[in-house]
Amino acid sequence: MAVSLRQPRFHIKRDQLRCVECGVCVNQCANRVHFQDPYDGSIDSDGINCVGCLRCVHLCPTRALQVVPYPSRTREHGLWDNSALHEIQLQADSGGILLAGMGNSRRQTVYWDRMLLNASQVTNPSIDPLREPMELKTFLGRKPPFNTKLNKECNSHPQLELEIPVMFAAMSFGSVSLNVHKSLARAAASEKTYWNTGEGGLHPEVCQFGERAIVQVASGRFGVSPEYLSHGAAIEIKIGQGAKPGIGGHLPGEKVTEEVALTRRIPAGTDAISPAPHHDIYSIEDLSQLIYSLKEATAYSKPVAVKIAAVHNVAAICSGIARAGADIIVIDGYRGGSGATPLRVRNEVGIPIEFALAAVDTRLREEGIRHEVSVVASGGIRNSADMAKAIALGADAVYIGTSALIALGCHMCQTCYTGRCNWGIATVNPSLTRRLNPEIGARRARNLLRAWKHELSEFLGGMGMNAVESLRGNRLMLRGLGLTDRELEILGIKAVGE
Amino acid sequence: MKTVTRKVEARPEHCMGCGLCRLACQVAHSPYPQNMIKAMKTGKKPVARMTVEVSSNGTEFRSVRCINCEDPECLKICISGAISRNEETGQVTTDENRCVGCWSCVIACPEGAVFGPLEGEARAHKCDLCPQLEIPACVAICPNEALMVVEIEGVKR
Repeated sequence: MAVSLRQPRFHIKRDQLRCVECGVCVNQCANRVHFQDPYDGSIDSDGINCVGCLRCVHLCPTRALQVVPYPSRTREHGLWDNSALHEIQLQADSGGILLAGMGNSRRQTVYWDRMLLNASQVTNPSIDPLREPMELKTFLGRKPPFNTKLNKECNSHPQLELEIPVMFAAMSFGSVSLNVHKSLARAAASEKTYWNTGEGGLHPEVCQFGERAIVQVASGRFGVSPEYLSHGAAIEIKIGQGAKPGIGGHLPGEKVTEEVALTRRIPAGTDAISPAPHHDIYSIEDLSQLIYSLKEATAYSKPVAVKIAAVHNVAAICSGIARAGADIIVIDGYRGGSGATPLRVRNEVGIPIEFALAAVDTRLREEGIRHEVSVVASGGIRNSADMAKAIALGADAVYIGTSALIALGCHMCQTCYTGRCNWGIATVNPSLTRRLNPEIGARRARNLLRAWKHELSEFLGGMGMNAVESLRGNRLMLRGLGLTDRELEILGIKAVGE
Repeated sequence: MKTVTRKVEARPEHCMGCGLCRLACQVAHSPYPQNMIKAMKTGKKPVARMTVEVSSNGTEFRSVRCINCEDPECLKICISGAISRNEETGQVTTDENRCVGCWSCVIACPEGAVFGPLEGEARAHKCDLCPQLEIPACVAICPNEALMVVEIEGVKR
């Protein structure tokens, strides 16, 4: 057999003086990196299949393990670096599209890091959020025009009421385990925000959290039924996803277990294929039909969101979506995550959320229709500062997917598509899914929301504001660092020092 | 008389079969309970007083230890009178000085929660709920909160 040219990505260092041969690393690695001799109990490892999820490192009770980048690298080259070679070898082995999990892995400029927030000094007082109330309540949905008199008419649009402007992004049951849904649903319910079912339907065990769920209708229409629509607080039509704009989804048959089949309403063991487009949407008018079909189906009681990937013409597209009757627009930037996506598409297609958000907010304002939709930014929101900057750029709220999964234990090994998630997140294998105890998961996700809530309050207080409304779209609170004039212009912010 | 039975309750739906409970049990009952490496590497490996069962298809796990039965089979079968049950706490204990290592209790226990003597010693091993610790070692180490201490209140007439 020809030698495989696939390079090991990681090397396992085992400190034999500390290893007590308890076998935790062996039984916790779904990639079979560690193996124990059945006769003498000694343990050895081979890093060729290691994905670097660090499950063994965290569970080793004596800290005997280190997972390090494989030390033998190819000779340094500015263009042909180790991963360029590795990817070619993988394709020469398999002849297939390279798959990847999670969001864009390339080192491109993170524009959040090039924007800085303001604070009050002398001329206006800052506010201490520990002493004074801080209002983070956010309403998502169509708002009445600026000069509407307060009457019955202006309250006729359904709204989502959030206590903190962060929601959990769409991750379908099937791509993630039911315990992930249980964790996020409980956390969203306790912190009074929303979680998103993703396109895989609503499992009966999380139906009780339906009033805190945004139910998604995607191109595969999995699990969509009158009950499904009525269980949710809002409906989201998924057109695109930041990790794979223009690409559909494919949940392989081996992941369609009985439970997943029940929730998606498809036969167990069959591939769940979401087409790239919605086959009934080929124009803004078609989108409008679906939006109003869903509104009719739910008696105009729930806001309808439309989620798109941030692509080149995002501002014009969003203007169309707003006019098509959407109540909320979700823009997913090119750093958005995914359970499985072609690596090239993940890394090369789409635009940064920072620019997409600024362009959309600007465009909708110019056209005088900004009040008709709420804008939710998504895709690579890492912390409360990213959230605050997104709000200042014009977002009404943000979605977090990757950050939420990291809180549940994800270590960004980016191999979600294998179904062998050692942290029990991106898998439906029952021996792995139980590694995520939903009680612990809910507690950790809740803590993350609470922490961000405190930090956002601190930011607002520092800027002398006592409500997140004052920061929303307030680009004067941002300054750009190391950006070109053109970038500053599109972002609609001034440079530092200006 | 009011009784409070303390038990370690396993929640198999959260058990991931890592076996850290078994390791912690071994260490807690070794001569070096504070030092895991020394406990496991010095002399004979200590005996665990519990075990982790794996289903035949390898997808389900159960952490097994003495559940302090109300009418313990081990007590009834014990030939040396080493096993006794505290009526107040419901705890079944083994007097390791009186135990002769006959294996009867190991065979009789319906849970498979008594472990036989090591070579050269004459005593059976079973869960003692780690009286020296605030929380039993297995419960403290469980990374997925699949083990809990429960206290069941009852009335003894």
